[in-house]
Amino acid sequence: MTGTQATPLAARPVGSAPSGAGARASAPGRRPRRADWRMRGEIALLAGPAIVVFVFFVILPVVMAAVYGFFRWKGFGFPDDFVGFGNYELILQDPTFRDALWHNAIVVVFSLLLQGPLAILFALLMNQKMRGRSLIRVLIFVPYVISEVVVGTGWALMLQDTGAINSLLAKIGLEAWQNSWIADPSVAMGTLMFILTWKYIGFAVILMLAGMQSIPEELYEAAAIDGAGFWKIQWSITLPLLGPTIRIWAFLSIIGALQLFDLVNIIWGQYVSATAGTSTMATYMYLNGHLAGNYGFGNAVAVVIFLISLVVALVYQRFVLRRDTDGALTGDSGRSRR
Amino acid sequence: MSTATSVLVQPLDRRGRRRPRRDWGNPWVYLIAVILISICIGPVLYIIIGGFRTNSQITADPSGWPDPWETGNYTDVLASGEFWTAMLNSTVVGLGTTVGAVVLGIMASYVIARYDFRAKGAMYALFAAGLMFPITVAITPLYLLIRNLGLVNNLGGLILPQIAFALPTTVIILVPFLRAIPKELEEAASIDGASRLGFFWRMVIPLSLPGVITTGILAFVGSWNGYMLPLFILSDADLFTLPLGVQNFSSQYSVDTARVLAYTSLSMLPALLFFSLFERRIVGGLTGAVKG
Repeated sequence: MTGTQATPLAARPVGSAPSGAGARASAPGRRPRRADWRMRGEIALLAGPAIVVFVFFVILPVVMAAVYGFFRWKGFGFPDDFVGFGNYELILQDPTFRDALWHNAIVVVFSLLLQGPLAILFALLMNQKMRGRSLIRVLIFVPYVISEVVVGTGWALMLQDTGAINSLLAKIGLEAWQNSWIADPSVAMGTLMFILTWKYIGFAVILMLAGMQSIPEELYEAAAIDGAGFWKIQWSITLPLLGPTIRIWAFLSIIGALQLFDLVNIIWGQYVSATAGTSTMATYMYLNGHLAGNYGFGNAVAVVIFLISLVVALVYQRFVLRRDTDGALTGDSGRSRR
Repeated sequence: MSTATSVLVQPLDRRGRRRPRRDWGNPWVYLIAVILISICIGPVLYIIIGGFRTNSQITADPSGWPDPWETGNYTDVLASGEFWTAMLNSTVVGLGTTVGAVVLGIMASYVIARYDFRAKGAMYALFAAGLMFPITVAITPLYLLIRNLGLVNNLGGLILPQIAFALPTTVIILVPFLRAIPKELEEAASIDGASRLGFFWRMVIPLSLPGVITTGILAFVGSWNGYMLPLFILSDADLFTLPLGVQNFSSQYSVDTARVLAYTSLSMLPALLFFSLFERRIVGGLTGAVKG
């Protein structure tokens, strides 16, 4: 494979990046102006295209949403029916939106409570010496790699009233457990949580495992010499040292849960999700904005989702991630800030 | 291959390093692992094996084994133009996204990693912030933007935004890679008369190849599995990518469960194959991106 060209030069992990850029910085600064302009040209040439594409397709839409959100607008022609905060009032007063928001909140909380502990336990398991460990790692990751549509279609078929799950329950003598897994509002949220856990736990396990494997071995040896038992060691060494990994994973999980759309839309469809109690803010936006053709309203919903995610992200960064702010999400190793 | 991949993956793939042996009821470890694996893989196998049954078999016993094994569903799907059109569309969009994200990403990462200028931190923060906001928040206005560009029902309308949304991960992964290239190399190159751009083409790109491959794979898999953007942008069935194809097929043939299962498993095979080939890179890229 071509990848074998990797030389030790490039093989430095993230943390060891030399501050070469800084050292070089002084040199061009002292050079005559022409070199300075040349450098600016190079920067523009190299970074320009990426920034243009990124700003145009990622940042601009969010700004546009903020503008369109103030209009009653079907999406054709120029928006001219200014309604101020009318759309926002409608959204916040709409009980189906509040339901959707509530469902998102449930998904956020239970994703953390279910996937977090399970992922840590599974990672502990896979961190044990055993044969076929790498095979297990591949297999546990399969649900994460296949697309949401495949997962959704497969589970929707299996969870039908006449599907494989109910039939399997009957075979092992648990007819009483049979259920209308998708349509019954009292179990649908549980079904959704199960599928989400199934789909995304592989990602959490891989992260936790990577975190565990970077814990220095000496700590375990020392603890074992001091006579600590297996669970004691995990509790007082693994768990605290896994802290940064857990906090980053939780952040990604929360953001993902707030934006949940694919699986709900595929399994429950546009209309069933509301009655089954699995609608989310994003499915609400799709149904009432895009499908209904109310683009002013839909953009206002987008702004609401954006603001909720932003507030959650900032609060989380401020109070939880503060301890390990040198992460990917907080700028160039903090150098730009301090 | 393991030497190459250890580059980015850091601890995960560092071979030859083992935890201290702990005597922990080994059979239990295996038992739990087997249960875990069957829960993870069972549904996937159900889809694949279910495609080998007939509808009457499925109706008679939804959770049964194929008896006899029927290949008709698979051959039907493989013979249908619909499947291959979706496959082709997915491939075009995936390749376009990958090439675009990697080319634009490495150029921007090079600037962030190896030039020094005032807006550098802000530039990195701009891309890093993109990680926090997946496509959901932007999709409604993005649809309007793409419609104004006349790119609705056009694969280009899929590729361009996907490049944009793949850039944050690409930049976050590549910047540390490029920064790790020793400055002595650059000095040597400049003594030999290479400009900074010449250094970029002749040294940086070959040296960062492992990172480039990882980001390329992540962009490709992301594009291959993408659902929300195609759902908004494409309404013409001839342009459907595989995810939309699966959804369309399963509503069109909702009574023909066996055929839906066959179509679904065929559509996931490329991703599974791709994943088994590049497992270490995908896993390493994801953990690398998260750990920053």
